[in-house]
Amino acid sequence: MTLEELEEIGRRERAAQEGFQQHVNVCVAAGCLSCQSDAVKDALSNEVASRDGGKRCQVKGVGCMGLCAEGPLVSTSDGQLYQHVAPSDAAEIVESLDAKPVARLHCPTDVPFFERQKKIVLENSGEIDPERIEEYIARDGYLALTRALTEMKPQQVIAEITTSGLRGRGGAGYPTGLKWSTVAKATGTQKFVLCNADEGDPGAFMDRSVLESDPHRVLEGMLIAAYAVGASEGYIYVRAEYPLAIKRLKIAIRQAERLGLLGSNICGTEFSLRIDLRLGAGAFVCGEETALIASIEGKRGTPRPRPPYPAMEGLFGEPTLINNVETYASVPPILRNGGMWYAQIGTEKSKGTKVFALAGRVRNTGLVEVPMGITLREMVFDMGGGIPEGKRFKAVQTGGPSGGCLPAETLDMPVEYESLAKVGSIMGSGGMIVMDESSCMVDVAKYFMEFCMTESCGKCAPCRVGTYQMHRILSAITNMTATENDLKTLEELCDLVKHTSLCGLGQSSPNPVLSTLRYFLAEYKAHVREHRCPAGVCAMKVQETVTA
Amino acid sequence: MNPAAGVKTLKIDGRDCSAGPGQTILDVARENNIFIPRLCEMKGLSNVGGCRLCLVEVNGLNKLQPSCVTAVEEGMEVTTRSERLDGYRRMIVELLFTEGNHVCSVCVSNGHCDLQFMAQKLGVTHMHLPYRYPKKLVDASHERFVLDHNRCILCTRCVRVCDEIEGAHTWDVMGRGIDSKVITDLNQPWGASESCTGCGKCVQVCPTGALLEKGRSVAEMEKRRQFLPYLTLMREEHE
Repeated sequence: MTLEELEEIGRRERAAQEGFQQHVNVCVAAGCLSCQSDAVKDALSNEVASRDGGKRCQVKGVGCMGLCAEGPLVSTSDGQLYQHVAPSDAAEIVESLDAKPVARLHCPTDVPFFERQKKIVLENSGEIDPERIEEYIARDGYLALTRALTEMKPQQVIAEITTSGLRGRGGAGYPTGLKWSTVAKATGTQKFVLCNADEGDPGAFMDRSVLESDPHRVLEGMLIAAYAVGASEGYIYVRAEYPLAIKRLKIAIRQAERLGLLGSNICGTEFSLRIDLRLGAGAFVCGEETALIASIEGKRGTPRPRPPYPAMEGLFGEPTLINNVETYASVPPILRNGGMWYAQIGTEKSKGTKVFALAGRVRNTGLVEVPMGITLREMVFDMGGGIPEGKRFKAVQTGGPSGGCLPAETLDMPVEYESLAKVGSIMGSGGMIVMDESSCMVDVAKYFMEFCMTESCGKCAPCRVGTYQMHRILSAITNMTATENDLKTLEELCDLVKHTSLCGLGQSSPNPVLSTLRYFLAEYKAHVREHRCPAGVCAMKVQETVTA
Repeated sequence: MNPAAGVKTLKIDGRDCSAGPGQTILDVARENNIFIPRLCEMKGLSNVGGCRLCLVEVNGLNKLQPSCVTAVEEGMEVTTRSERLDGYRRMIVELLFTEGNHVCSVCVSNGHCDLQFMAQKLGVTHMHLPYRYPKKLVDASHERFVLDHNRCILCTRCVRVCDEIEGAHTWDVMGRGIDSKVITDLNQPWGASESCTGCGKCVQVCPTGALLEKGRSVAEMEKRRQFLPYLTLMREEHE
C-alpha cells in the first residue's frame, strides 16, 4: 500500500458516496441497537429499495451519534436528526427527503449538547460505517500512518505527540509522549504495544463507543505507536462484555490486513505489526496495567508492584507500551494536523479534548466530546440539559469507583486533570454520573465501596480486608446502626487503604467515601446521630426480635 | 568509582549501609539486623509485596515503598519505623485477624506463628474492628497434611514454594477479594491432587497454622524451614 494507492481508495469511495443523492444514516452502536435500530435500518433499506431500487438513496449503519437516551437515532442528508425512530417510520422518513422534514421525530441539533462539542476522537462517529475500511480511508484514515512510515522517523513521531501535550485518557493522565519515548529507549529482544479496552467503571462507555463506531482509528493509533516505539506485536485487551466492539475489531483487523495496512512490511517498509485480541473475563482489576499484562500472559489477573514499569519489563518481561483506547484514537488526527494544532485546544496542562459518558439524573444522557477546561456546570446544565423533574442538583461523580462525588460548589471548576484532583476526584476514564437530591450520598459511597470490595483481587491485605470493613461500616450507617466511633474508624480505614494498597484500584477505592465525607458530612451525621436519611433512601433496618 | 560494579550506599534509619547489585531495601536491612515487619516475604522465594507490612518511607518519594521489592538506589534515605508506619502495620495485622478465624488458644501453631509474632511485636493488644467470623472449610483429605482455611492469611508462600522450589504448582489462588482462597489443583481435595508430590514444603513455609502436619496438637506445629536456604544455596552453587 502506497500513499497513492491509499488516496485512490479514498477517492473511489468518495465518488461512490457522491453517486447517491440522498443519505440516511442509522446508528448501529450498542445503545441504539438495544432499541432495535437494526430493524429500523432494515425497514429503511427495504423502503428505499422498493422506491427506486436503492440507486438514489443510500441507507447505512453508522456509529454512535451521542444522544443515546433518545435512540434509535437516524440522520439524513438534508441535515435532520430523528429520534426514537421506529421501523414503521421508515416510509415517512424516506418520503421526507424530497419534501418537508418529519416534525414528529425531529431532534434539535442546535442545542448545547451538540454545539459545545468538539469532535476529534469521535469525528467519524455517526458518519461512517464502522464495518467498512474504505469509508475510514475516505475520511483520511490511515493517511497519518502512511505518512509516518514513509516520511517520518520514529523520533519525529514521538516529538509530535510530545508537542501535542496528549495525556493518557485511561484516567491517570500520564504524558503520552513521555511514555512513548521511554518505551522507545528501552532495550529488549522484542517490544509490545497494548491497547487497554477493559473499560469497567460503572456508567462509562466511551471506549466501547469508539470501538463500535470507528475501530480503524484505534488500529491506526496502535500502528503509529508501534512504529514510534519499535514494537512488532500488539494486543487489544477488550472486555468480553463488549461483543459488538469485539466483532467490529475483528472485522477491522481482517480488513486492514487484507489491504496491507497491518501485518508484515506495512506500506512496503520494514515495519511489521501483528495485532491480536484478548478478551477479558470480567475482572475490573484487569484494567490495571500490570494485571492486564498478567492476564494476557495467561496468568491470574492480579497487579504486581511497580517498578519495574511495563515500559521496562512488561508483557513477557519485554518493554511494553500500554495506552487506553481513547489515547490511541487521538493519535491519527494529531499526526495529520500536527502536535501544535492539538496543543491549542484545552488548557495549559490538559490539552485536547476528552470524551465523557454523561449519565444519571440529567436530561440528555449520552456521549460527548468536549475541549478540556470546560466547566462541570456547562457539562451538566448546558449540555446535559439540567436535572429532570424539577429536582435539585446534588453531586456529580467523575472517575467511577476511583473518583469522587463533587458538590454544587465545585461546578464552576474547569474539567482538567489537576483541578479535579485538587477537589478530591479524578478525571478517570470519562464516566460522569449526575445525582440529584433523591440520592443519598452515603448510599452512593456504599455502592462504590461494594463495587471495589467485590472487584478487589485479594492479593494485598489492606484492599482485600479493608474494603470489606469499610463496606461493613457504610452498610451500618445506611442501616442506622452505626456509631460516631464507626465514622472515625471509617476515616482511619480510608487513610490505611489509600496509602498502603498495592495497586491503583485499592489506593483509589476510598475516594468516593473521602469525597462524600468532605462535602456531605452532614448526611453521614444525620444517619449516625439522628438515625435519619435526608434523601429518604436508607431505611432503618428492622431488628429481628426473638419472641418467646 | 566503576558504575558497573553496581554497589550503592544508602541510609536506613540513619545508619549508613551498602548494597550490592539487585539488593532490595529489605535485603540490606536484614544484613544490618534492622527488623522490618513482614508476612508474605520469605528468603528463597520470589516476592509479591502482598502483605504490605514491610512498607517503608523513602525520603523524596510520596508513596510508601514495599521494602521487599524495592531495589536500593544510591543515596536513598529509608525510615523503617515511624508512628505512621507502625499505625498502619498494626491496622493491617488487625485486618488479617478479623478476616479469618484465628483462635490462638486452640491452634497447632500457637507460639510458633508468624502472624501471632507480628501482632506481639507490633503491640496489637486488642481489636478495634469486629471479627468477620467467616464460614471456612478444613481439608483433611491428604494422608499426612491438613489445610485449614480458617487460619490462612493468603500470603501465597505455599503457592510460590510449590511452583518455584518443588516445581509442582499444585497450589494456586481462586476467587476474588475477600472470597479468595488457596486451592490445590483445580479446587480438588488435596488428597485427590495428582500434581502434589507430598513433599510438605508448603506446610513448612506456611506462616500460620493453616497448613499443618497431621497428628499435631495445640502449639505442637513447629515449622522446619532450614531446607529453603539450603536448597537455594545448593542450586546457586549448581548454576
